[in-house]
Amino acid sequence: MSPILAESPRWVRIGLVPALQLALALVISSLVVLIIGEDPVQAFAIMIRGATNLEFGGFHSTLYYTTNFIFTGLAVALAFHAGLFNIGGEGQAYVAGLGIAIVCLLFDSTLSVWLMAPLVILASAAFGAIWGVIPGYLQAKRGSHIVVTTIMFNFIAMALMSYALVVHISPLGGNSTDSRYWNSDAVFPKWNEMMPDAPFSLLNPTLILALVCCWLVWLLVWRTRLGYAIRTVGSNPHAATYAGINASRTIIITMAISGALAGMMAVNEVYGAQGRLILNFTSGFGFMGIAVALMGRNHPFGVVLASLLFGALYQGGTELQFEISSINPQMVLVIQGLVVFFTGALDRLVRGPVEGAFLRYQLAKAKKAEAADAAVAGGN
Amino acid sequence: MEMFDQIFSLLGASIRLATPLMFAAMAGIFSERSGIVDIGLEGKMLISAFASACAAYETGSPWLGLLAGILVSVMFALMHGYASITQRGDQTISGLAVNFLASGLTVVLGHAWYGQGGLTPSVHDERFKSIILPGAEWLGENVPVVGPFYEQVISGHNILVYLAFVSVAAAYWVLFRTRFGLRLRATGEEPNAVDSAGISVAWVRYRAMIVTGVLCGCAGTYLSIAQNAAFQREMTAGRGYIALAAVIFGKWHPKGALGACLLFGFLQSLETRLQSVQLPLVGELPSQVFSAIPYIITVVLLAGFIGKAIAPKNVGVPYVKER
Repeated sequence: MSPILAESPRWVRIGLVPALQLALALVISSLVVLIIGEDPVQAFAIMIRGATNLEFGGFHSTLYYTTNFIFTGLAVALAFHAGLFNIGGEGQAYVAGLGIAIVCLLFDSTLSVWLMAPLVILASAAFGAIWGVIPGYLQAKRGSHIVVTTIMFNFIAMALMSYALVVHISPLGGNSTDSRYWNSDAVFPKWNEMMPDAPFSLLNPTLILALVCCWLVWLLVWRTRLGYAIRTVGSNPHAATYAGINASRTIIITMAISGALAGMMAVNEVYGAQGRLILNFTSGFGFMGIAVALMGRNHPFGVVLASLLFGALYQGGTELQFEISSINPQMVLVIQGLVVFFTGALDRLVRGPVEGAFLRYQLAKAKKAEAADAAVAGGN
Repeated sequence: MEMFDQIFSLLGASIRLATPLMFAAMAGIFSERSGIVDIGLEGKMLISAFASACAAYETGSPWLGLLAGILVSVMFALMHGYASITQRGDQTISGLAVNFLASGLTVVLGHAWYGQGGLTPSVHDERFKSIILPGAEWLGENVPVVGPFYEQVISGHNILVYLAFVSVAAAYWVLFRTRFGLRLRATGEEPNAVDSAGISVAWVRYRAMIVTGVLCGCAGTYLSIAQNAAFQREMTAGRGYIALAAVIFGKWHPKGALGACLLFGFLQSLETRLQSVQLPLVGELPSQVFSAIPYIITVVLLAGFIGKAIAPKNVGVPYVKER
């Protein structure tokens, strides 16, 4: 009666191991802080305070960044379920900004926020989906590798957007590389505009949309026929085809949804926070989605937690530069890189020994119980 | 004569712009031919550009700068190698991590050490300077067409430009004419066969990663202390990815990649020269068209619309010895 457990307990797999990997990443980032000649403990204290304080809007800003990361993290996570690595979140979000700009430039003087918001969300999702579905199509039908195509599409998006902004959109008003501000009656109010007591922050109702998207993605992946197809294609495309699932159709649809999710990040930035289209407004949030998805183990709930974490790191990093001027806010990129490294590429480094130890412990316990049983049986 | 002058200066600029791409593309070929996907070319170039700019400024020697750039780049390459070969991790993710780390570390360290928003102090005498080949001036003045061609296109580059061409020839020779090259290519195609011949797949791949690191180090050094005089934030600006595109465009072959790099270099030099120039038939082209072309043709090529780019068979697949 010895239970052979193939897996270590769930809390070890999705709780302890990622926590240890994060800790490892933070320890190495602390070394970087030490190299600079500052005190890492003090730095982290400032970051935590900067990210969680309520009176100066630190926590609100954390939530604002969290919104971005939820969208881009979900986009990467959903594509991962279909076995696709969508590195193109950056480009998909960027192009989605163009969709929002077009809608806003056309209608922001005539429509109220109640009509604008759905239009803007649809436009961003549609533009993001287009930018995601082309690499999806090329992967499914022409066999070109999605990683390379999405990288290339990021750069094509950059060229396209700087062309659209500089040549067509900025002449309509605004600086040389920005659009004009959208009419303030047509955009999402910020949290501090709705709650007069709240401190200033860029937090806006897009967060609710992000959370709804999380729930929808959970529903899609684990409760629908399409979700089943996505997961089957992700674990074995040949088996999926054999089971009657159209693998290439699934890949194309997944990439469209993934692109739409990444695209909705632009709602938070272009429509909610900035109120205009700015050159390079994505500023790496799309790439951050990869770290978020890896850390959140591709589960929507994990993505929310990881987004909160990275939102806090991002906000804390911005605060840090005011207190310790020698630490650049780009420190968060170092942490991001290390998190991607330890949770993604070096996953086995921590996972192997930790899970192995738990397996051995459980096995030993089972053996002991068996021995005790045998002793009891012998006693009778 | 006027027209030749313009064409030759355009070609000279193309070669200078193609140089970092050539180093990085050769780096990519070594890595991918051995079976390791490397989208971390960008990051390795960036971190080595930073390291060499710092070292050249601190020591006053461009050669020590080059050495520092190569050392740091090799360290990052080995980190990628450790994750991809020993830990059998996801190579794409590892490459991305290298890029994130490089782009974060260069700004953080540069800001802390020099406090110029990520810039390093500029070097003047400590950089690689142009070399005037013997007789360039005399030929340029006295021999029509060939003379100016020699003066403007072939002569007048810094040593790293010539080294880049040497690296292409060397890459070709090593990959296709030596035992190591044969084993390296075999490792990318059929690691099982290499293993059953008693050759360590891991050791071949680690050596390939070291070569990749050295070449990326040259590429980064060229950017910061040969083409420019200081490190700037994100100064690679996607060149690592263009080099990756050149690898694919050149079908994982040094000769093809050389052609692709020269083409992309030519497009980049056109980008600056054709601004607000009226072209026949199309009129004024937006400069963004030129920056997008390398990426667009890579997508088109990968999709098999013009020829087919076939990657090494086992690229991206970690090798598991035991069954």
